[in-house]
Amino acid sequence: MLDPDTLPDSFRASTFIGFRTLFYKEVQRFWKVNFQTVAAPVLNALLFLLIFSHVLARRVTVYGDVPYTAFLVPGLIMMSLLQNAFANSSSSLIQSKITGNIIFVLLPPLSCRVFYAAYVLAAVLRGLFVAIGVWLVSAFFIDLPLAKPAWVFAFGILGGALLATFGVIAGIWAEKFDQLAAFQNFLIMPLTMLSGVFYSIHSLPALWQKISHANPFFFMIDGFRYGFFGQSDTSPWLSLAVVGFCFVVLAAVTLMLLSRGYKLRG
Amino acid sequence: MPFSTPAIRIAAVTKRYGNLQALGGVDLEIARGEFFGLLGPNGAGKTTLISALAGLVRADGGTLEVMGHDVVTDFYSARLKLGVVPQELVFDPFFTVREILRFQSGYYGIYGNDDWIDEILSRLDLLSRADTNMRTLSGGMKRRVLVAQALVHRPPVIVLDEPTAGVDVELRQGLWQFVKQLNADGHTVVLTTHYLEEAEALCGRIAMMKAGRIVALDTTANLLSHFSSRSLRVQVERLDVAESLGGEVSGDWVIFGFDPTSGAEMLETLLARLREAGAGVRGVSVGEPDLEQVFMEVMRRA
Ligand SMILES: Nc1ncnc2c1ncn2[C@@H]1O[C@H](COP(=O)(O)OP(=O)(O)OP(=O)(O)O)[C@@H](O)[C@H]1O
Ligand SMILES: [Mg+2]
Repeated sequence: MLDPDTLPDSFRASTFIGFRTLFYKEVQRFWKVNFQTVAAPVLNALLFLLIFSHVLARRVTVYGDVPYTAFLVPGLIMMSLLQNAFANSSSSLIQSKITGNIIFVLLPPLSCRVFYAAYVLAAVLRGLFVAIGVWLVSAFFIDLPLAKPAWVFAFGILGGALLATFGVIAGIWAEKFDQLAAFQNFLIMPLTMLSGVFYSIHSLPALWQKISHANPFFFMIDGFRYGFFGQSDTSPWLSLAVVGFCFVVLAAVTLMLLSRGYKLRG
Repeated sequence: MPFSTPAIRIAAVTKRYGNLQALGGVDLEIARGEFFGLLGPNGAGKTTLISALAGLVRADGGTLEVMGHDVVTDFYSARLKLGVVPQELVFDPFFTVREILRFQSGYYGIYGNDDWIDEILSRLDLLSRADTNMRTLSGGMKRRVLVAQALVHRPPVIVLDEPTAGVDVELRQGLWQFVKQLNADGHTVVLTTHYLEEAEALCGRIAMMKAGRIVALDTTANLLSHFSSRSLRVQVERLDVAESLGGEVSGDWVIFGFDPTSGAEMLETLLARLREAGAGVRGVSVGEPDLEQVFMEVMRRA
């Protein structure tokens, strides 16, 4: 393998161009169809907001003084961010694999790290676009505080990167679209739905509270919400540690799979 | 002695797919500047060998080098020096031809490559399609974009896996002009094709593969002279007379095979004997050996 310390500057420069190009291509790929990849998920989240706030607004109270509709918005923003980050990297990879054009990124001298970083960052960007979309539109209806923006930002980026990484693994592993759909329907969706997007876990029975603590999505959403209200079900530092740990582990696994060429280089 | 490193060195390369031995120990060296043909029937292992060279497939055993760079341990340099036109007609439906070529340049670390991109596009007669979406191109045009993509980084070694499948006659000629020019400029060219007359006309040296092994490897001229015979075809009034002199009847014609190294006197002798026997020669044509004959013969013997 190449020893980074002995590489000439021209190598570094061209590695950076390689990264920038792949990142830009991945961003273009979703932006060219932004109606489907950004606008549609925003609309989706707003429908959730409309329905749940209408049905539950008077019945659920959270953190004492926070109205339910306001409580709901950060969860929906984060859910949209996570789902779209996952969808972007996984669907881009599986489409490229199925159509065969994945070879255009396998033939050039792109390193695993460049490959990984480009796919993940583009996916995070799509997640952020959708998140900002949901936020902006919901701001017309609901007054949402922003107590600690740094936490919002940290959890948005880290959670997005975690799901984008997960998407890379799923995209590499899956051979058909329905395998990817199974991943989404049986893992991502249940974990998000049961993570406290729609409720505070303090409203749950003790057993369910415990189970929720085994769900990394709970920590992502709880930490993200802390940034808005300055209050959360659990300590934001604990959430940050859990999400950070999950990210590091998954990123390491992904880099290892990529360096072995798992399912990409037969 | 870096100057003597071959463009491609393949040693003892094996690859299995389940029970199928796709490559059964391939050794091959291709010198810099060669125009080399890799021939073989469907499933012989040509694409598998190219994929192993390009790092798209991991060989089970053996080593592969491009310009002296191992394709696994020194993949960065090896891939930089190699351009591959894949056999499958793959494309990215999201982008235009020019976008695709800019991206491909970027992946190789090249920014601001438009002059060269324009040159390739014009040589491949694609300039008018530069801003067309890939999805709307015809099959032959997509194939030419694949050629363009393989050349964005000016690789010293170019491998074309059936680049002319589905390309019309005129453009095929143009494509070969371009590839010949690249070869004349010093690029090493490796080509697979099922159009044997193309291989015969273009390649200085040829390897023939069958069932994952190389079964013939020589200069095109040597292959032609060793494996095939020239023939004299005569049209005669008395087929039976010509046949009794050792000819083989084929329709109106009688065909005499003879050693390709023998000179013109062989022909004269044969014609004289036909005249003496009263066969009544009305027409004559000499059949030159061709690569198709060689190919059939090699595959039969292997
Ligand atoms: N991914 C794969 N999985 C299983 N078998 C494979 C795979 N790729 C190729 N093979 C098999 O390996 C053998 C060699 O295939 P390869 O594509 O290298 O042949 P080829 O010489 O390029 O043929 P063609 O002239 O048809 O392109 C074939 O029997 C093929 O079925
Ligand atoms: Mg092939």
